[in-house]
Amino acid sequence: MSKAEEEARALIDLGRSVVDRAIEGGADVAEAGAHSGSHLSVKVRMGEPELVEEAGSRALGLRVMIGQRVATTHTSDLSDAGQRTLIEDALELARLSESDEFAGPPDPSELSSSSQWADLETFDEAISQISADEALARALRGERAAFDSDPRITNSEGASFTRARGVSVLVTSGGFAGSDYGTYASIVVNPVADDEDGKKRSGYHWSASRHYADLEDSRGVGEEAARRTIAQLGARKLPTQELPVIFDKDAARSILGLFAGCVLGGAIWRKSSYLVDRVGTRVASDLVNIVDDPLLPRAPGSRAFDGEGLLSRRNVVVESGMLKTYLMDTYSARKLDLKSTASASRSPSGGVSPSSSNLILRASSQSRDELIADTKHGLYVTGMMGFGFNAVTGDFSRGASGFLIQDGELSHPVSEVTISLNLDQLLQRIDAVADDLDQRTAIASPTFRVSSMTLAGS
Amino acid sequence: MTGRYHAPFAEHGSHTIDADIANRLLRIALQKGGDYADLFFEYSVSGGYVYDEQILKSATRAVSMGLGVRVMKGDATGYAYCEDFSFDAMKQAAETAAQIAAGGRPIAPVDVSMRDMPSRYPVSAESLDVEGEAKKTILERADRAARASDARVVRVDASFAESVREVLIANSLGHMAHDRQPLIRFGIRVIAEDGGNRQSGSSGGGGRMGLEYFDDQTPEWHAEQAVQQALVMLDAREAPAGEMDVVLAPGDSGILLHEAVGHGLEADFNRKKTSNYSGRVGQEVASALCTVVDDASLQGSRGSINVDDEGQLPTRSVLIEDGVLKGYMQDRHSADFFGISSDGHGRRQSFRSHPMPRMTNTMLLGGQDAPEDVIRSVSRGVYAKKFGGGQVDISNGDFVFSLTEGYLIENGKVTAPLKGVNLIGNGPEAMRNVVNLGHDFQVSDGIWTCGKEGQSVPVGVGCPTIKIASMTVGGTQVAGG
Repeated sequence: MSKAEEEARALIDLGRSVVDRAIEGGADVAEAGAHSGSHLSVKVRMGEPELVEEAGSRALGLRVMIGQRVATTHTSDLSDAGQRTLIEDALELARLSESDEFAGPPDPSELSSSSQWADLETFDEAISQISADEALARALRGERAAFDSDPRITNSEGASFTRARGVSVLVTSGGFAGSDYGTYASIVVNPVADDEDGKKRSGYHWSASRHYADLEDSRGVGEEAARRTIAQLGARKLPTQELPVIFDKDAARSILGLFAGCVLGGAIWRKSSYLVDRVGTRVASDLVNIVDDPLLPRAPGSRAFDGEGLLSRRNVVVESGMLKTYLMDTYSARKLDLKSTASASRSPSGGVSPSSSNLILRASSQSRDELIADTKHGLYVTGMMGFGFNAVTGDFSRGASGFLIQDGELSHPVSEVTISLNLDQLLQRIDAVADDLDQRTAIASPTFRVSSMTLAGS
Repeated sequence: MTGRYHAPFAEHGSHTIDADIANRLLRIALQKGGDYADLFFEYSVSGGYVYDEQILKSATRAVSMGLGVRVMKGDATGYAYCEDFSFDAMKQAAETAAQIAAGGRPIAPVDVSMRDMPSRYPVSAESLDVEGEAKKTILERADRAARASDARVVRVDASFAESVREVLIANSLGHMAHDRQPLIRFGIRVIAEDGGNRQSGSSGGGGRMGLEYFDDQTPEWHAEQAVQQALVMLDAREAPAGEMDVVLAPGDSGILLHEAVGHGLEADFNRKKTSNYSGRVGQEVASALCTVVDDASLQGSRGSINVDDEGQLPTRSVLIEDGVLKGYMQDRHSADFFGISSDGHGRRQSFRSHPMPRMTNTMLLGGQDAPEDVIRSVSRGVYAKKFGGGQVDISNGDFVFSLTEGYLIENGKVTAPLKGVNLIGNGPEAMRNVVNLGHDFQVSDGIWTCGKEGQSVPVGVGCPTIKIASMTVGGTQVAGG
């Protein structure tokens, strides 16, 4: 990967120079992140190219501390003048900030070095080679497959193909220098069908991977997108009631995402999470095991070291329903009088905060179909809408669409209903977990069932 | 020129872009046979301040600049951008974008000339040019007021964001326009605790103005709003579930309109016939009480713009008049398709993105009713005071909104606060079910950001008190009555 390595070396030199100048200017701590990347996005619609977009970009982010006063700056202007502004602004803003007794870089003894980093296979040179013509052909094939698979597909929001490649580095005055390489390809197909009542039904399916060879075939993506769109035809409300709810893996992932936000150290010390003071207590049913694993090869959220340079490690977050740990960076760990779990993430704008990497709810052995067959009357949720979640209390209520389950089988499609239950209770009421986990997303869950929720409808 | 941050491409900048350079780049962009091209130069600077645990805990600033080049051939768009303004980099971006049109005879662009612009941002001094201490003081005041107001307040954080976005747009139709768009946004969030019960409350606002915003909406006033909301929510009970009447408070509730109707009236969805409003111009799509406009010209509002990101000058577009659909919000591409001229709704997040039809300030105009009469007419329902956010499925108009502050209405009176309320419905259906409009029209204080296809732009909303007959309320209490 010599070209990417060369790029990383140049970025590290740039980062080091910025760090040195910030220290000369009066900073006690300076940390520079630098990024360079390129991408190609194409979109087709109704069999014709609609968009071809191609560009490269570079950016620099800086965090400085004067004493324990903190500021961050970011720029896409890498000219000498741009770099000067980046450094001067950071120093000026740090002098405006007030001293925070918990601020500070990690102890140098905690920093990792290149010999410790695992090769997580996040980079595939083949992805950077994909031409605009090839990308268009892939997208066209996906859209055509959707139209060909069912005559009721009458329109399309289009199909898109994107490839991206990036190199990021982190250089700190504490002595850390590391680089991170990533590639990514994705395809999404978004067909539209006409429903009886004049409504339109739009559905989609997608595939994404870090290696080109792992990307699902366009035809399969298009056919699945069509199937999902057609399945919604004739959707209707249900009467208001209490019933068991099965979340398919996409909907389940979105539930897990809410939990992910509440388990971060930043939310805990801010008391902005219903999980405050809950380590060591039951937060889910004993069927639930959740790990945060940054070391999975080829996974979307993998990282060899975290945003502060600590060596990445696998954290068991929930074991048999019991909360084992929060996910913390150095700052939130200090606020909570705990140790960092190496979960720091550095945003493009230079700020550091804890984040999950690959947060996974572990699969069980039952199939999705067995879960449905085992449900006499219930709701099978495939999509959710809206933002009805209060992290402080765990109150959850969102719009849902999917299917009615009758006598162990999927019956008619359902839309325009909401489902509600406090997240704490929701996770504790999980009474079945399926085996259909996949690794397309950084937060991933198999299908699971919640024994009872409130559905609001007609 | 005063002030600290200036675009390199502006007059007296390090890389001034004049009509001559713009014409040369447009010619390169069209050399492969494209039928339209535009150049979008952007320089944006943003700053942020977070006041937390009674200190100014962090301060940030970011600079982003570049040129986006777009070339169109029929319905196809080629797009490329660069992040420096050397002629070579800009030329390369123009050549990359030009590739979309392989074949065809080059059309010469019309030589550009600068447009005269309206002035919709009443700013005495741009916030970025004001010393940091002034902003620190504003946040301090908010923090102090919130803490002093009630012993149950256990946490306060306040934030201030400021930006200026300078753009220069040149297109092959001969238009050139320059604009400098300031924006500020203040926010405060508090957490109140009572026994084991914990609730949050928030308040915020801003717009295309300077720090004089705080003359009317003081930090102390926002603090009070946030504290009151948190305290009210401490007493909140589980919300009912099922269909009932809903009354929306004026101002902020306009976000419902933005989602439920606005998106479906963006012209791209209608050009593609994927909106449930496609082909319905001239038809009745809402109760006859409803007139909906999108107005970019409001002074100082968060969604206001002097010029759109394609160089068109937007004004006030009437979308629905007395319940009848009048037209869609157009960008250049869609307007071409409909054979009309763009009404200036082509917006983009940054030079890294191509423009598409977007809203500016979307508003349902006021009616005749006294707000208290509207509430009095409801025997059992929900009063929606503050919205957290919403989402819509454009293809069929189904939407969901969550409330951050809502109350039960019982026998014509606003009574208990409710937690975890969602409103779910269908846009056209909800608009047909509008049965009362108050005479208390308000524009929301500027907090809203609209997302579409991954691009975020600031928007404004506004409305009067609205009564919608029968909406689905998504609570947890399955009631008998």
